[in-house]
Amino acid sequence: MIHSLFLVNSSGDIFLEKHWKSVVSRSVCDYFFEAQERASEPENVPPVIPTPHHYLISVLRHRIYFVAVIQSEVPPLFVIEFLHRVVDTFQDYFGLCTEAAIKDNVVVVYELLEEMLDNGFPLATESNILKELIKPPTILRTVVNTITGSTNVGEQLPTGQLSVVPWRRTGVKYTNNEAYFDVVEEIDAIIDKSGSTITAEIQGVIDACVKLTGMPDLTLSFMNPRLLDDVSFHPCVRFKRWEAERILSFIPPDGNFRLLSYHVSSQNLVAIPVYVKHNITFREGSSQGRFELTLGPKQTMGKAVESVLVSSQLPRGVLNANLNASQGTYTFDPVTKLLTWDVGKINPQKLPSLKGSMSLQAGASKPDENPTIIIQFKIQQMAISGLKVNRLDMYGEKYKPFKGIKYMTKAGKFQTGMQRPHVSCVKA
Amino acid sequence: MLDSNKDSLKLEAMKRIVAMIARGKNASDLFPAVVKNVACKNIEVKKLVYVYLVRYAEEQQDLALLSISTFQRGLKDPNQLIRASALRVLSSIRVTIIVPIMMLAIKEAASDMSPYVRKTAAHAIPKLYSLDPEQKDQLIEVIEKLLADKTTLVAGSVVMAFEEVCPERIDLIHKNYRKLCNLLIDVEEWGQVVIINMLTRYARTQFLNPNVNVKSDLIKSNPLGEKAFYGSDDEEGKEEKAEAAALAKRKPYVMDPDHRLLLRNTKPLLQSRNAAVVMAVAQLYFHLAPKAEVGVIAKALVRLMRSHSEVQYVVLQNVATMTIKRRGMFEPYLKSFYIRSTDPTQIKILKLEVLTNLANETNISTILREFQTYIKSMDKDFVAATIQAIGRCATNIGEVRDTCLNGLVQLLSNRDELVVAESVVVIKKLLQMQPEQHSDIIKHMAKLTDNIQVPMARASILWLIGEYCEHVPKIAPDVLRKMAKTFTNEEDIVKLQIINLAAKLYLTNSKQTKLLTQYVLNLAKYDQNYDIRDRARFIRQLIVPTDKSGALSKYAKKLFLALKPAPVLESPFKDRDHFQLGSLSHLLNAKAGGYQELPDWPETAPDPSVRNVEVPEWTKCSSREKRKEKKVEKPFYSDSEEESGPTESADSESDSASGSGSGSESEESGSGSESEESREESESEQEDKEDEEDKRKKKKKTDRGKVKAPAVESPERFFFIFSRFRFLILEVQRLASDSCSLRTSCRRWHKKTIAPSGSVKTYELLHRITGEGLGVEYCFSRQPFSPDAHMVAVQIMFTNNTNAETKNLHVEDPKLQSGMRIKEFPEIELLPPGEMVTVVMGIDFCDSTQAANFQLCTHIRKFFVSIQPPVGELMMPVFMTENEFKKEQGQLMGMNEISEKLTLGEKCQNEHGIVQRVTSAANVSRVPCGSDKECRFAGKTVSSGILVLVTVATKEERAAQLTVNCEKMVIGTMLVKDILQALTQ
Repeated sequence: MIHSLFLVNSSGDIFLEKHWKSVVSRSVCDYFFEAQERASEPENVPPVIPTPHHYLISVLRHRIYFVAVIQSEVPPLFVIEFLHRVVDTFQDYFGLCTEAAIKDNVVVVYELLEEMLDNGFPLATESNILKELIKPPTILRTVVNTITGSTNVGEQLPTGQLSVVPWRRTGVKYTNNEAYFDVVEEIDAIIDKSGSTITAEIQGVIDACVKLTGMPDLTLSFMNPRLLDDVSFHPCVRFKRWEAERILSFIPPDGNFRLLSYHVSSQNLVAIPVYVKHNITFREGSSQGRFELTLGPKQTMGKAVESVLVSSQLPRGVLNANLNASQGTYTFDPVTKLLTWDVGKINPQKLPSLKGSMSLQAGASKPDENPTIIIQFKIQQMAISGLKVNRLDMYGEKYKPFKGIKYMTKAGKFQTGMQRPHVSCVKA
Repeated sequence: MLDSNKDSLKLEAMKRIVAMIARGKNASDLFPAVVKNVACKNIEVKKLVYVYLVRYAEEQQDLALLSISTFQRGLKDPNQLIRASALRVLSSIRVTIIVPIMMLAIKEAASDMSPYVRKTAAHAIPKLYSLDPEQKDQLIEVIEKLLADKTTLVAGSVVMAFEEVCPERIDLIHKNYRKLCNLLIDVEEWGQVVIINMLTRYARTQFLNPNVNVKSDLIKSNPLGEKAFYGSDDEEGKEEKAEAAALAKRKPYVMDPDHRLLLRNTKPLLQSRNAAVVMAVAQLYFHLAPKAEVGVIAKALVRLMRSHSEVQYVVLQNVATMTIKRRGMFEPYLKSFYIRSTDPTQIKILKLEVLTNLANETNISTILREFQTYIKSMDKDFVAATIQAIGRCATNIGEVRDTCLNGLVQLLSNRDELVVAESVVVIKKLLQMQPEQHSDIIKHMAKLTDNIQVPMARASILWLIGEYCEHVPKIAPDVLRKMAKTFTNEEDIVKLQIINLAAKLYLTNSKQTKLLTQYVLNLAKYDQNYDIRDRARFIRQLIVPTDKSGALSKYAKKLFLALKPAPVLESPFKDRDHFQLGSLSHLLNAKAGGYQELPDWPETAPDPSVRNVEVPEWTKCSSREKRKEKKVEKPFYSDSEEESGPTESADSESDSASGSGSGSESEESGSGSESEESREESESEQEDKEDEEDKRKKKKKTDRGKVKAPAVESPERFFFIFSRFRFLILEVQRLASDSCSLRTSCRRWHKKTIAPSGSVKTYELLHRITGEGLGVEYCFSRQPFSPDAHMVAVQIMFTNNTNAETKNLHVEDPKLQSGMRIKEFPEIELLPPGEMVTVVMGIDFCDSTQAANFQLCTHIRKFFVSIQPPVGELMMPVFMTENEFKKEQGQLMGMNEISEKLTLGEKCQNEHGIVQRVTSAANVSRVPCGSDKECRFAGKTVSSGILVLVTVATKEERAAQLTVNCEKMVIGTMLVKDILQALTQ
C-alpha cells in the first residue's frame, strides 16, 4: 500500500520523510517537482503522477504537499482519504498544520505516522485511540516534560482498539458533563448577474463536542428529518435506527468529532440570504472604468448577516482601482488583480456599497465587464434549511449532562456576477 | 547520551536521532548505540528505538539480530498489546535471516486468543511475503486460518494480506463469503475498502450477470448475454440459475441469494464518511448490480464532490466513465457538475467532460448556455476545453449542430487567439462531417478572412475553403485573389495555406485561377522562409504541366483532393470501464503493478453450495448433546421444501435415529427425511427396541472392556444394522454432501459402548465417502496408554459401510514432526460389511498440537489421514493437595501465568457446571479447595510431564477469571483459549 510519505513545502523542499517499507530515495519526488512546475497553479498539480517504478499520490493542504509513494495497485481514494486523515490528525494535535508546527513536533509526528500505518496499511486512524497512545503536546506538558523527563507516550496502553466501540476510549471522566452540537450549513450557489439562481444547494454538518463521563448512549432527533436528503455518518451512528426511525443513535467518541454531514434535498427552494448589485463599465478607448457594487440582505428571517467578505478577480487590463467604501475596508492587489472588500456586518437600513473608478492599461482593448464575484458571509443562530434539533436524550449513564445546540449558516462556494445569456441560444 | 543511565537523556538523544531520520539524514552510524536500548523500560525511548531499528535494520543486518531476542520475549508476554507490538516490529525488520523466526511467530500469533494479536499477525503476512516469497504456501495456510476468524478486527487485515499474497486463490473465500458480507458494516473503514474490492472480484467469478436479459438500448449493453444463453446448453439442469440463464427470454433471471446479500449489506456503506468506502461501494454496484439498482450510488458520489479537490478529481474521473455507460444515472444531478470559477483547472476540465457526457436532447440547451458562460472565463486552458466540449455536443446531438456551429463561428471574432484557434479547429472538424450542408458557413468564414487577424485561424479557414472549394465555387477564387494581394504581409502558416488553396483551386477551376496561382507561386518563390520556397517549388512541379513533369503530376488531383477522414470526437473515458472503477489503473488508464483484472461474468454460475458453511464437527456434537433430550425436532424440518410432508412417525423416528443435527443443516435434513420415507413404518417400532437394546448393551460393554467389535450378537441387532446399512448405501448414492444423521447415530453407539463418561468427543479421521465406504473416527479415550506412558491413547473406530469385506487394515508410513513417535495398532485382518471395530493406538505428540500424519491402508487402498490433538488431550490428570497446588503455582508465576477475564455461559454458572466444562475441555483432575469461589485443576503433559495448573475464580454475577500456570507458554495459551470457549458457551 503506502510505501513512503514525503512532505513538501511551497518552496519545493522536502522537510520530512517517512518510510514504512524499504527506503525509497527522495529523488522520486523529482517527478513531482516536474509536474508542479508544469502546473500553473499550486492546486493544479495532478493528484496522481505515474513514474517508471512508483506512483505518487499527493494532496495539498495548508500549502504543504503530502506526497505518498505507491508501488502497486491501490484505490487512489484510499490513499487520498488517508492523507487527509493524517492532516486532520496533525491539525487536531498541533492546532495548525503548518510546516513550522510539524518541524517543531517532529517526534510526535513520527510517532503518529508510525501508529497510523503498519506496513503501509492504516492501523489506527481514530483520533481517540491515537490520543491514548500519544498524548498531544500542550505548553504545560512540554514544560513539565522538560523538567521531569516524562514522556508524551501514554503510560497506559490503549483499550479502545480492543473494545467493541473502537472510536471511544474507556474510563472517561469529567466533572462537568457537557455535550455541544453545532449545526453548520453552507450555501453553495451560482447566481447570475440579474440575480436569478443558477444552482443553489445547502450542505450541512453537525459537529459535536461531547465531554461525557463513562459510556453514554445518545439519541438525537430532529423536528424535520425529511429535509435531509443525503447523509453520511460518523461510524458511531447506528445506521439501522436511522433507516427505521430517522433518529441518530450513537455512543459518541470523546471530544470533538463530526457526527453527520448532510445535503438538503434539491427539491426545496433555497433561500438566498444576500443579494449583490454591481455595475462595472469600461468605455472603449478610454483608460478609465466605473465600478459600483451594493450588497443587501434578502430572506434572513431577521438575523443579521455578519463577516461579509466580497472578493473579485478583476480583468487583467485593470491597473489600479480607486474606490470608496461606505463601510469596511477594501484592498486591491495590482499583481493578482484581486479585489477584496471586508464589509463586516450588513445593516439593512444603510446598505454597504463600494464605488469608484478603475484605471486601465493604456492601449488595452476593452476588458470583459462581468468578473466573478465571490461572497463570504455568516449568519448566526439560523440554519438556512430550517433544520431543527428536537431533543437529545442520554441513556446508559445516570448523571444529567449539560446540552447545547448552536446553529449557523455560512456561504460555501457562493459566486455571482457572471452573466448568463438569457434567451437560450437553442431553437431546437 | 544514549549510554546514560537517565531515561530523560536517552529520550532526548533518541528524539534528535529521529528528527535526523525525518529530515532524511543518515543516522546509521549510531546503530550499535541505539540497538542496545531496545530493552529499555521507558516506553517512549523504546518506541523511538523501534522506529530507528525498522528504518536501519536492513542496512545493518548483523547488529539488528542482537535485538531479536527482545522481541521473542515480547511475543510471549501476557499482555496482548505487548505481544502485538513485538510481532509488529519483528515483522517490520527486513532481515532475511529471521524469516523462520517470523514465520513461527506469525503462526503462533494467528492462533492467539487476542483478536488484536491476530490482526497484527495478518498485517505481518504481507511483510514476510515481500521479504521471502518462497514462504507463500505456508502463509496461505495462515491466511486460510485467519479468514475463518469471526472478529471484525481481523477481517480487514486478513483480506488485505490475502490480496497481497494470493489474490488468485478465490477458493479460500467461498466458506467465508457470507461471514464477510455480514461482518462488513462493523469492520473498520480501511478494511471495508479492501474487502469490498475483493468481493467485487469474487462476485464476478461466482454469480451470473444480473443484466443478462435486460434489453439495453445503451451502447453494447451486455456482450455476455448471448454467451450465457448458449454456454449453458451442455450443463445439466441441476441449478435453477443455470436454467434461468438458458431460458433467459422466457424465465426471469433469479439472483443468487448470496449476490443479493452482498448488495444489501454494502448499500448502507454509501453513507460512510470515508470517500474511499463510498467509492468502493459505488464501483461494486456499478459492476455487480442490476441496472435498475445502480442509480442509488449517484447521490453518494455527488456528495463526494463536496470534498477536497483531490477527492473530487478521482470521483469525477470515475463518474466520467460511468456517465458514458449509464447516462441516466447522473442526469438528475446535472447542476452539481456546473463549474465554479474557483475550481482548479483539472477539476473544471473533468466536470466539462461529465457535462458533455450527460448532454442529451432535453438538457442540451441549458448545458450550452452554461458553456457559453465558461467561454468568458479567464482560465484559457479551460476555455479551450469548453470549445472542444461544444464540438463534441454538436457531433453527438444532431439537433444542436447548427446552433453550436453558429455559436462557434461567433467565437471566431473573439479577441483571444487561443479561443479562435480552438474554435476554428472544432469548426473544421464539424464541417468535415457533413460539408454539403454547410456551404453557407464556409462562405461566412470566407468573409471572416477580412477581419480575423489570428494567423492560426486564417490558416484554418483557408484550408477549409481549399478543401471544400467545390461547395463554394464562386467565393473561393475571390478569397484567393484577396490573399494573393496580402500574401507578402501574411504569417508563414497562412502563406503555406494560401499556396495550398491556390494549388487546389488550380486543379478544380484552372480557368479562373491559373494566373492567380502562378502569381502566388512566384511570390512564394522569393519568400524569406525556405519552407515556403520549397513548398512553392514542389507544388509548381506537381500541378503545372510542363514537358519535364514526371509521373506524379497525373496524380496531383488525387493527392490534393483526396477525401480526408473526419476526425472522431469521442470521450477519452470511453472504454475505460474495463478497468475496475476506483482503481489506480482506471485513473491512469494503464495497468498498474499488482492490478487484478476484473473477470467477466461466468457463463453459468459455479456451484453456489461451496459457500454453504459446514458447522464444525465439535459444534455438531455439542449441539447434539444439548438437544438429546428433545423428542421431536420441529425446526429441523421446517425449512425443507422438497419434502412432501413428513408424517409424525417419520419425524420422531428420524429424530431418534439421527439425534438431530444443528438447525443450520436444514438442507441436508430435508434429504434425510425424504429417504426415510422410503422405509417401512415398522422401523419406528424397531427403533424403540433398538433403544432398549442400546441400554442393555451399554451395560454389557462397559463390563467387557473396550477393544472389541460391538456387533454380531443378537440376530435382532444384526438385522437392525443391516437395514441401517441399506439406508446408508441409499444415502451414499444420493451423494448428499453430508448426512450427519447417520454419522451421529453411529457415533452414539460408540459413545454408549465405549466411553461411559459421555464427555468424550469424537473426531473424524476419514469420511465414509472419501474412504470409499470405510468410515474412520477417533477419540481421545483419556486412558493411560499402557505400552508407553509418554503416549496419548487414541481410540480409532472403523466402520465398514460397503457391502464388501475390508481386509488388512493397518498403519503405514507415518510422517511425523521431529520427536514425535507413534505406536501402531495391530493389523485388523478382516472387517466384514456393516461391521465396526475399535482399536487403540498411542501417539507421543511431544506436547505440541502438531498433527500426526500417516497412511491408513486397506488391502486395496491407501488413505492419507492425520490426527490433530486438542491441547486439552495432551495432558493427564495429577492428583495433589491444596497446599501442593499453591506451592507449584507459586513457582509458575510471571511469564508462565496466563489469565483472562470471562463471563460464564448460562449453563455453567454453578460449580458443577464449571468442573464439567473444564474437565471436558482438558484432561485434568480437580484439586480440593477451601474456598467455594475457586475451582482448581491440575494435570501434567503426557509427553514431558510438565505441570499444568488451572484456576477458575468466580466473582459477582457471571464474571470469572481463568488462570493457567504452565511452563510451556504455547500449551498455556492454547489451553486458556479452549477452556475459555468451553466456559463462555
